[in-house]
Amino acid sequence: MEKKATRVAYGEYLAKLGNDHEKLVVLDADLAGATMTQYFKKAHPDRFFDCGIAEANMVDLAAGMSTMGYIPFCSTFAVFAGRCFDQIRNSVCYPKLNVKFGFTHAGITLGEDGGSHQAIEDIAIMRALPNMTVFVPCDANETERCVDAAMAINGPVFIRLARLPSPIFEMDMPFVPGKVNVLREGTDAMLLCCGVMVGECLSAAELLAAQGVNVGVVNCHTLKPFDVEGVQALAAKYKKVFTVEEHSVIGGLGDATAAALVNMDGVRLTKLGLNDEFGQSGKPADLLKAYKLDAAGIAASVLGK
Amino acid sequence: MDASIRSICTQVRRDIINMTANAGCGHPGGSLSIVEALVALYFEKMNIDPQNPKMEDRDRFVLSKGHAAPALYGVLAERGFFSRDEFASFRQYGSILQGHPDMKRCPGVDASTGSLGQGISIATGMALAAKKQGRGVQVYTIIGDGESQEGLVWEACMAAAHYRLDNLTVILDNNGLQIDGSNDEVMSLGDVSAKFAAFGMDVVEVADGNNYDEVLAAFNKPHTPGKPKLIRMKTTKGKGVSFMENQCGWHGKAPNAEQRDQALRDLDALENAEV
Repeated sequence: MEKKATRVAYGEYLAKLGNDHEKLVVLDADLAGATMTQYFKKAHPDRFFDCGIAEANMVDLAAGMSTMGYIPFCSTFAVFAGRCFDQIRNSVCYPKLNVKFGFTHAGITLGEDGGSHQAIEDIAIMRALPNMTVFVPCDANETERCVDAAMAINGPVFIRLARLPSPIFEMDMPFVPGKVNVLREGTDAMLLCCGVMVGECLSAAELLAAQGVNVGVVNCHTLKPFDVEGVQALAAKYKKVFTVEEHSVIGGLGDATAAALVNMDGVRLTKLGLNDEFGQSGKPADLLKAYKLDAAGIAASVLGK
Repeated sequence: MDASIRSICTQVRRDIINMTANAGCGHPGGSLSIVEALVALYFEKMNIDPQNPKMEDRDRFVLSKGHAAPALYGVLAERGFFSRDEFASFRQYGSILQGHPDMKRCPGVDASTGSLGQGISIATGMALAAKKQGRGVQVYTIIGDGESQEGLVWEACMAAAHYRLDNLTVILDNNGLQIDGSNDEVMSLGDVSAKFAAFGMDVVEVADGNNYDEVLAAFNKPHTPGKPKLIRMKTTKGKGVSFMENQCGWHGKAPNAEQRDQALRDLDALENAEV
């Protein structure tokens, strides 16, 4: 299966969208070569603004530009969502300005840079902000759909992107913002996942099927607004629900699901992710294995091992 | 300064006192220090239309020191953006006059501010966009001296100089006081003019920022091509109210009824003395 990092798909697609949208501007904080906004920079140098290593200022420049009619996309590493949180909160979300955030290198699959750079709380803090929409695309194609959706929304949008090249899924994946997407039907349990974890969950489902356990795999690309009804309906069918995310189990997909299921009888939820701990340096595959977020680890958790 | 401008400045000061006294809270000290600058902007400098507050090519103003909202509300109402009747609702439930300026609720407010450091950065973004659009839009922002302890102020200046934003004017309300004491007691700013100059700002000094003609002259001084302008105006916190002047205790405290009456008598006396 062809692989491409969602950050690459993001950068390439922004450059393409720039041809049709004159009001689209892109801001970066000296990471264009990593967030991949370099493609936009090359194609539309007059609408690309390097803000230097000053993420907070980048966000407020974007806020100001949006009031003048531009649609700014800001990019940096997801771990710096915390560094410019106050600007995102007060200057963008509070007045509901039309600023987008494509933050990359999220989660432990960032790898070797280590725990200081692996965002494991970005979904939690972005979900907490009124007016914010949060997307976590699972592959290159879905990244493009998330950017399209962000353009269609008049307000702040956060898109969580990965460094690690991941499979471009060949299956049909209809994208409806705010609605979960059932990728595989099952009977014994449901894996609710997002981002890079979608591929791992599909592989885990294969491993489990070989052992006679049939799990459903559901892609939750929109963390906010969360598809409460969709998740409840699926939980009523499966009874056993596992959430899988390369993010803290606090405040992310796991807790959004817990909140959706809190009044349901007879449903058991297990949250897989970073258990209130930081990541560390390592190859992405080694880290996924260590934190039991690779296919084998997820399958083992489903089997109760 | 003609008599009508003098009377507008005094009226705005009365509005500040009445608004904060009525609300029982708010920030009179740093509001009183920026009245002349705001009146000069809204009555003489800025291309605006109170009947069409969202006019596309209007000049922009951002109150980076958003806690001085009563001064901005006073000037916007005097200029006709909304009725003076709104003053009674300042800081009350459902009001267009929130504790800090809210662009979604209040006509004439170009940016929501209150978290210090952010307004100057937003204004820089506006100036950058206006430059790009070639629309001749001027952008103004007032920052506090205490606010200049925020790193974001300097990030914004660095960017404004880098992008050669000679359509941006930053006004530093240098009243020397902040909540916990003087700037020098809390966190020294040192040679603040030299610092802003070193960050690429074209610094214009105003010895008395509560002297209308001096402030207006600074606004009228043309930009050095390719450089953002910073007007450092030395002001008096609590200007015009005898017991509030140069008292950091009046940063974020409202006058009670008795103090309000005294303040209004002070302002009447000031206006009469100047005639």
